[in-house]
Amino acid sequence: MNSNGETIIEVNNLVRRFGDRGVLDDISFNVHRGETLVIMGGSGCGKSTLLRHMIGSMKPTSGSVKLFGEEITGMKEREIERVRLRFGMLFQSGALLASLTVGENVALPLLQHTGKSPDEIEEIVRGKLEMVGLTGFEDLKPDEISGGMKKRVGLARALALDPELLFSDEPTSGLDPIMTAVVDQLTLKLTQGSHMTAVVVSHDMTSAFRIATRMIMLGHGSIVAQGTPDEIRNSPNPEVQQFIHGQADGPISLNVSQEEHKDHQHVRPRPFLGGRFRFHHKHP
Amino acid sequence: MKNYLQLNLSLLYWILIAPFTGQFFKIAPIFRQMVFIGVRAAPMVALTAFSIGVTLAMQAAHSLESLGAEMYIPDLVMLTLLREMGPVLIAVIVIGRSGSAVAAELGTMKVSEEIEALEVMAINPVQYLVVPRFLAMMVMLPALTIFGNYIGILGGWAVCRFALDFNTAGYILRALESADTWDLYSGMIKSVVFAWIVITIACNAGLNVEGGAEGVGQATTASVVQALLAMLVMNAVLTGIFFFAA
Repeated sequence: MNSNGETIIEVNNLVRRFGDRGVLDDISFNVHRGETLVIMGGSGCGKSTLLRHMIGSMKPTSGSVKLFGEEITGMKEREIERVRLRFGMLFQSGALLASLTVGENVALPLLQHTGKSPDEIEEIVRGKLEMVGLTGFEDLKPDEISGGMKKRVGLARALALDPELLFSDEPTSGLDPIMTAVVDQLTLKLTQGSHMTAVVVSHDMTSAFRIATRMIMLGHGSIVAQGTPDEIRNSPNPEVQQFIHGQADGPISLNVSQEEHKDHQHVRPRPFLGGRFRFHHKHP
Repeated sequence: MKNYLQLNLSLLYWILIAPFTGQFFKIAPIFRQMVFIGVRAAPMVALTAFSIGVTLAMQAAHSLESLGAEMYIPDLVMLTLLREMGPVLIAVIVIGRSGSAVAAELGTMKVSEEIEALEVMAINPVQYLVVPRFLAMMVMLPALTIFGNYIGILGGWAVCRFALDFNTAGYILRALESADTWDLYSGMIKSVVFAWIVITIACNAGLNVEGGAEGVGQATTASVVQALLAMLVMNAVLTGIFFFAA
């Protein structure tokens, strides 16, 4: 663990509420240069919301997020663009522009932000696509390729400007085991070789343990456990053990609002199907 | 409403101020949008304008014949087209065809995270998506209006030449004599204002879509209804200013 490196991300006491529903509750952690942080946790635990706060597309209710030592929570759109040029983001769906070809999608950040000639850009784009195993796909449209391929194009696009920091939202879901390994190796190569920092949201445990230098497990909006992959693997916390071994029985209940459920068990649940689903059963 | 005003301010920044700070807008996307918004709408505009020209001439013939004033038919066709029918009906066609398409396209981009992806790549969605569509609309709606005016006058000619006893030269002379340049300019000013209304409402509806495919449908419908209402009210206001207040 290279905690002696420069701090790239600093999240302090981050709180986010939607109405009176708390989604993130007092989250704090640091990420140093060259580290790969894997954020894991069940669906709906706030992983994606946390990621959106780190890229500045959501503003927290309170707390601070610093990228490269700069506070981004209070930044104006113009200032945040400067910070965004230094990181890349892979969206869960790939988020490719449907009107552009694969090649144009990867070229987009280069065309917008660099003064490079079209020939240079084409060369870079071919190189990035080759890295994700998609040589020769430049002229296809996003709707002509599979979901896994879209994701790899999204990764190539996120890497187009050679960012110092990469955010990935579920980079390996929907990929076959071989492509998962390819993407993992690419992440490892970039973090170890080029000192890129990576923040990966994932619930693919094989892949997570392969790439992580540090892991955070979220549950109900707060950090349940954090540490190196070994610390997480040997964690005594039963929630962590249930999650990494994928067991149905354990302390993590299927019910999101567990507490609430216990309190109101004696109350008859409110009907949620409206009249149009019920009129057959009505008796005069 | 707040979003709409913000969009307008941000548009003004990218069009009027940003070019002087070295961020000039790219020309190719504007031409692509001009083809989509304008050129592809031309056949529909032509059919509409021709029908209107024919209808106006027939109505005029019906009313003016009883007064023995058939010679004023070209005047009526020409003035109605230039001042009112041309700008309004062609805006209606463009709202239904191009405005709705823009709202649906941007809305789909919004729900499929494409807009967010642009923002994260430090590409401003207003600069990248709205500015080309806006400039294309500002050029093409007035252009389509001029084109539609010609076709409408052609429709009027068809009635006068084949159903009434006008000759071609007589029709053209009479039509040109009746209108002055201000009639054309007032229509052009209208269509520039309409272009602004149509494209900003469509883009605003698209960029603020929430709630998946259903949201895209609602936003598209809302953009058409809002643009039609705003355009018709603005038409009354402008007609009042041009021909009543002066």
